[in-house]
Amino acid sequence: MSDTQERWGIPGTYVFDLALSRQGYAINKMCNSLKFDENREAFKADEEAYMERYGLSEEQKQAVRERDWLRLTQLGGNLFFFLKLGATLGYGLYTIGAQMRGESYEQFMSTRNVPGAT
Amino acid sequence: MGKIVAGIGSSHVPSIGRAYDQQKQTDPAWQPLFDGYEPVKRWLAEEVKADVVILVYNDHGTEFFLDCYPTFALGVADSYAVADEGYGKRPLPDFPGDAAFSEHLANHLVADEFDLTLCQEMALDHGFLTAMPLLWDHDDTAWPVKVVPLLVNVIQHPLPTGQRCYKLGEAIRRAVEAYPEDTRVAVVGTGGLSHQLNGERFGHINEEWDKQWLQRIQDEPRELAALSHKEVMTEAGAEGGEVIMWFVMRGAMTERVEEVHRFYYAPMTTGMALLALNNSD
Repeated sequence: MSDTQERWGIPGTYVFDLALSRQGYAINKMCNSLKFDENREAFKADEEAYMERYGLSEEQKQAVRERDWLRLTQLGGNLFFFLKLGATLGYGLYTIGAQMRGESYEQFMSTRNVPGAT
Repeated sequence: MGKIVAGIGSSHVPSIGRAYDQQKQTDPAWQPLFDGYEPVKRWLAEEVKADVVILVYNDHGTEFFLDCYPTFALGVADSYAVADEGYGKRPLPDFPGDAAFSEHLANHLVADEFDLTLCQEMALDHGFLTAMPLLWDHDDTAWPVKVVPLLVNVIQHPLPTGQRCYKLGEAIRRAVEAYPEDTRVAVVGTGGLSHQLNGERFGHINEEWDKQWLQRIQDEPRELAALSHKEVMTEAGAEGGEVIMWFVMRGAMTERVEEVHRFYYAPMTTGMALLALNNSD
């Protein structure tokens, strides 16, 4: 965890401040571009070229390759933007969330009050 | 003269919009939510009869991206488009604005030292859209109210303080009351309540805190607004920090308020809340 995140000091939480935003800017810019269908098609056709075009670091690219949402968060990715990457790849909010918690989808859903309200 | 006739706090969760569009009003998992909004929808239509709604929300990378994200932004247009956030445009009519009223607000608020970003175009995402059809009936082409979107940065820290939001609400009240037309204004603050969508603590929800919030924002809003972002996020989750948008609504109401209706439901990852307030002073 970076120095700025220690400043916030909330366990298991990544506060999207300017430091994290600057670190993750390339990820978030790329993810936000995926709100357009033609960009989603371009991403799916060649992920590596698409990531290169947006200047992701090698670490960030690796997190995308591995669909490692927690790592992507730690590297500055913001869920509001990478949900569009998730949608492009077929990962929904609760799948992403379960993975960040280190749980299976079923385990996570069993912790909810009304799992039918999705 | 302008008059503030209702204050509403409401969550803005994308899954609510999906459930609405998929007509899940009688689905057992969703019916409590839709039923919870019904009394307020009736109150707004039959008693409040607002002409204009100032709706306080945040954009999620739809109209504004991080390249240039305003702290406060006010719509000053005569119409606002429903945005496509990348999952398809919701089947809702675009919104009529009230440019003359917006212009009055902008002039007053900037003179009152709130230096807003002013927008002639603003496409509206779920931050704005979620609450609207639950509060006002629409048909395929029209809404019964005009709208003024007011954006607050709650996605990238530094966020404005809760106190700043409260003071913005107070300034909105002064501006509305200085409006020469007989215009009935509802103020809706959206967001929250507790939820966290990042990190190992994803899914954090705090029902006890949420229920206290629904009372405390009525009785001791200034004390609540004085909490730091860290204090709020520790209890209500990182994304729960967006509850500061309710202070804009609360600041626009009188010191004492009367509760018209409250509803709370926490089915999945967000404390979904609705609070309807009337001025009592």
